[in-house]
Amino acid sequence: MREYLPVLMFLAVAIAFAAGTIGLSSIIVPRRSNARKMSAYECGVEPVGNARARFSVKFYLVAVLFILFDIEAVFLYPWAVTFRQLGLVGLIEMMVFIVILLIGYLYLLKKRALEWD
Amino acid sequence: MNLPLLWIIPALPIAAVALNLLVGDRLGRRGIAWLACGAVGLAFLAAVRAALTLAALPEGERQVVETAYTWMRVGDFSIQVAFLLDPLSTVMALVVTGVGFLIHVYSVGYMAHDPSYRRFFLYLNLFMFAMLTLVLADNLLLMFVGWEGVGLCSYLLIGFWYERPSAAEAGKKAFIVNRIGDFGVILGMLMLFTYGGSLQYERLFAMAPHVFALGGGLITGAMLLMFLGATGKSAQLPLYTWLPDAMEGPTPVSALIHAATMVTAGVYLVARCHVLFELAPVALQTVAVIGAATALFAATIGIAQNDIKRVLAYSTVSQLGYMFLACGVGAFGAAIFHLMTHAFFKALLFLGAGSVIHALSDEQDLRRMGGLASRLPWTHATMLTATLAISGIPPFAGFFSKDEILHGAFASGHHVIWLVGLIGAALTAFYMFRLYVLCFRGPSRVTPEAAHHLHESPPTMIVPLVVLAALSVVGGWVGLPLLAGGHPFERWLAPSVESAAGAHGEAAAHAMSAGGAWLLMALSVAVALAGIALAVRAYLQDPEIAGRLRERLRVVHAVVFHKYWVDEIYDALVVSPIYRLSRWLWRVWDVKVVDGTVNGVGFTFEGVSAVLRLFQTGFVGTYALIFTIGVAVLLYHFLRG
Amino acid sequence: MNVLPTPVLLAVDWWALGAVLALSAGILLLLLLEFFPAQARSNRSAIVALLTLAAAGWSVFHVRDAKREIFGGMFVHDGFTVFFTLLFCAAGALAVLLSWDYVKRTRINQAEYYALLLSATAGMIIMAASNDLITIFLGLELMSLALYVLVGFQRHHLESNEAALKYFLLGAFASGFLLYGIALLYGATGTTGLGQMAAVMIDSPMLGNPLFLLGGLLLIIGFGFKVSAVPFHMWTPDAYEGAPTSITAFMSVGAKAAGFAALLRVLMRAMGDVQADWIPILSGLAILTMTVGNITALLQNNLKRMLAYSSIAHAGYVLIAVVAGGRDGAASALFYLAIYAVMNLGAFGVLTLLGREREERVLISDLAGLGFRHPALGIALTLFMISLGGIPPTAGFMAKVYVFSAALNAGLVPLVIIGVLNSVVAIFYYLRVTVALYMEEPQGEPVYVSWATPGVIALIASVVLTLWWGIQANGLLAAAQRSVLGLL
Repeated sequence: MREYLPVLMFLAVAIAFAAGTIGLSSIIVPRRSNARKMSAYECGVEPVGNARARFSVKFYLVAVLFILFDIEAVFLYPWAVTFRQLGLVGLIEMMVFIVILLIGYLYLLKKRALEWD
Repeated sequence: MNLPLLWIIPALPIAAVALNLLVGDRLGRRGIAWLACGAVGLAFLAAVRAALTLAALPEGERQVVETAYTWMRVGDFSIQVAFLLDPLSTVMALVVTGVGFLIHVYSVGYMAHDPSYRRFFLYLNLFMFAMLTLVLADNLLLMFVGWEGVGLCSYLLIGFWYERPSAAEAGKKAFIVNRIGDFGVILGMLMLFTYGGSLQYERLFAMAPHVFALGGGLITGAMLLMFLGATGKSAQLPLYTWLPDAMEGPTPVSALIHAATMVTAGVYLVARCHVLFELAPVALQTVAVIGAATALFAATIGIAQNDIKRVLAYSTVSQLGYMFLACGVGAFGAAIFHLMTHAFFKALLFLGAGSVIHALSDEQDLRRMGGLASRLPWTHATMLTATLAISGIPPFAGFFSKDEILHGAFASGHHVIWLVGLIGAALTAFYMFRLYVLCFRGPSRVTPEAAHHLHESPPTMIVPLVVLAALSVVGGWVGLPLLAGGHPFERWLAPSVESAAGAHGEAAAHAMSAGGAWLLMALSVAVALAGIALAVRAYLQDPEIAGRLRERLRVVHAVVFHKYWVDEIYDALVVSPIYRLSRWLWRVWDVKVVDGTVNGVGFTFEGVSAVLRLFQTGFVGTYALIFTIGVAVLLYHFLRG
Repeated sequence: MNVLPTPVLLAVDWWALGAVLALSAGILLLLLLEFFPAQARSNRSAIVALLTLAAAGWSVFHVRDAKREIFGGMFVHDGFTVFFTLLFCAAGALAVLLSWDYVKRTRINQAEYYALLLSATAGMIIMAASNDLITIFLGLELMSLALYVLVGFQRHHLESNEAALKYFLLGAFASGFLLYGIALLYGATGTTGLGQMAAVMIDSPMLGNPLFLLGGLLLIIGFGFKVSAVPFHMWTPDAYEGAPTSITAFMSVGAKAAGFAALLRVLMRAMGDVQADWIPILSGLAILTMTVGNITALLQNNLKRMLAYSSIAHAGYVLIAVVAGGRDGAASALFYLAIYAVMNLGAFGVLTLLGREREERVLISDLAGLGFRHPALGIALTLFMISLGGIPPTAGFMAKVYVFSAALNAGLVPLVIIGVLNSVVAIFYYLRVTVALYMEEPQGEPVYVSWATPGVIALIASVVLTLWWGIQANGLLAAAQRSVLGLL
């Protein structure tokens, strides 16, 4: 039983941290709300209310596609930094990577996934 | 050495199956019949050839193993698809192909008007293949393939007329009850493999005495499990209930599968593994007790049945009990001897019954038969032969084998079991002659419509009857102990079934005085005659029957009782109680207790299934909850451990 | 830190990676081909998918005897990889053949369907070939994401949508456990590589190390979900029922085999020393899985659900093999999975032929009398049922014999008894199918059979293999035994 102590402690700390931050923020936050402050932001979703509200599935599609290409683009940075050391091999490898992305992107365009209507 | 080409024996029927599947629709009925019968006939010739090859070998070397290929290799052991030819498998192969061939021929006539002609022969040939694999296999696993195969074919053939719900139901019951037995065989086989190190007969039997202690728990457990399988396949207590229901199948099927061949697989298994059974005296004792109990029990039930095929079904159960009884007392040779003679006369009885049913436009009720002797002369004569044979009247085949079993039981000191067997023999004679009298003698109770169509069966059906009748007479003579040079059948089988216990029994038998043996023989004939007399007395009271029989009865009765009283007392003390017990056993035990238990098991599982289904709510939340509970339980187990 | 390792490109052995490369290329090709419009009933995509799978299978078969570690040991090419790669390619190819007409009939977008099917196959191969927890997870997600979409592919079919959502939610849930397990294992050993992990354990035995054991437990739970072991099985019947039948066929075989491949490699490669700790847990899971699967299957009236429960039960039998461990245990698991793949694909394959257009005729009562109207189909389905029930002379019987005898040799007598009992119970529901086929009269309109040559070819292949491995199992058995040598 004793050897599980670290695990339990880890668990306790994790729960305490999560509960603590949420609890703390609800205690120390200044509550001076007005109509404007409570209204929706530009992207249009009411911040308070039933979370199961329905809205267009296209939001999800765009969001998912954004995340996809966004994350892939991140891979370009480390490559750019070490471009010289990696040399030609690195270039070819990155080209393959980009071509794969490109095919996906073209497929999206072809399927008109990015058109709103 | 001349190779016996064993593989060709099972290959012939399976080739016929393949041909039937591929081009069966273009062959026409005649072609299908020729194909099916031809394959089995050739298989019989191949078996004869193999037997001759084997007989030509010197006595000590009569064991030929033919390996087709390596089936699977597990660890250091490999399992071969290999066939074994030894005296035991030769007898089995000859019986299976020989009787099988006759029944195939018979079926050509019997099924002539059935729309599913092709399917019938397809199944029948498939069955032959499985059965031959079973008896010729060189190891338990291949044997088990045949074992399951015959079970499957039995299921398909019982439910052959699937339009009848009772037939479909009976097929299912047979399959399920057999699966319970198979469970035993699989476990027993795995135990033997794990501890004995091989499934190949020769190696396993050679190893067994070294790895299993005599009477040890392991071998006893394994052999009891194997025997559980045998009780399922061979319809012994408590797993016999499927066999009477199996009569829903076409009559040739009842003759082939549920009388002559498949149901004897359990006996074959016990005889084949006799080396192992002898290492487990408790298991062997169980075999003897179950066999004797079944022999008596089924015989009592047989008395009260009015369906001609059901009487024969219970009779089969009872006769199989005798074979197990013989195995149990160490008289394995006698068991196989009885297996062979039984195959002849019981197949004949079923085929004869089929001929009667055929003649009466599908009437199976004994109460609507009677007086058919003159109308169906061939059927009558052959049936009478078989009835005498099963009743144990010399010189018919059944006498020799049954007597040898009883002799073996008595000589090995199992006196109670011998007595049970003797009573069973009397009952057998009684119910068989009841059947015979009700069917062929007395006034005709045939319905007018059936009487109108009454006709003797075509030659394709009669010829097999006659051949089987001949075999039912002479088949026992190979076991004539009076023949010079001893008992040829037993000597032939000896290399396969001879054992320490067998030799011991043999010694005891020889130690018994010739006078004692004669006395036993006379006693068993006497009880058989008494049974016959009782049956004739109880069921043939009609004055129009020939006075000769009646006169004989009068003499028998007059010796002890007054004429009028005899009927009353017999009826009150013997017939009626037995009849009532039989009815009770059938009604209450058979239908309520045994069926009820079988169904109850089914209901229990279905009940649990219904409860489990409740968890499948369709809500993801529930699913995740169950998932989490599972994780929690595992974690708990882990933390505690 | 300014010395960089040699770019991995040079260290790659192309052949060893051939299957994954071929599949990736095939996927891209399928998507590119969409720029050239084809008719709705065109066979183009199916042909490309089939050729891709053939190329993938061939490329790995070509170097089947080689042993390689690539990507710094994260990906290995050994007998085990070859066995499973060939299994997945074969299962994929059979699934493509079964889908051929089915997707046209049910008007599914072909290019995307086959691309996803190939992705799932690639994921499975990566799972089996991975020698590192991270790549295992990568493969698992690649497979799972593709399958989530495929399950919900019939967008206008409510059950399909529901099935996909359930599968996805619970799958994500299970992935969480898996990841947590990987994290704990990393914490305990400082590595995610299976080889390194084994090496660490030699230096400092992990016996009784709570982080390590807990991590392993969570890993078992994660894989247990993929192979649908009870109690992590709840998604299975719903997902199998809702998915297009051809996908049910594929995932019931592929995802299960992939889950077991990963489980076997992790347990045997990295955790051999602590195997004893897993035995009670895996035994318990095996017993529960067999029993719950078989008993629940008894009352199902929908064949897809019945086969779903049957697939749960079969996972239980394979778990017995996993518990048995060692050379024979692992080999019997591989043997079982290969045979299960063939017979189960066959059984579902018959279902793909039933019904016309988008109609689903998968109730047991729909089969009534089918055995007589279509004898070949009836015989095939009967054979698959017999094999699934473990009756000789079919492959299913040999599979059970080997698993049970391996377990007995490992001394697991109670497990074997429960397994045999279970296989007795299982007969009841497999038999119901044959009873319906041959012993019942159809109620209402008899089911229409949409015959299609590719599907028939797949069925013939399944029938032949089911029989062949029942009669001559030695080749497959030897292959399975060779394949696990690298794990020991």
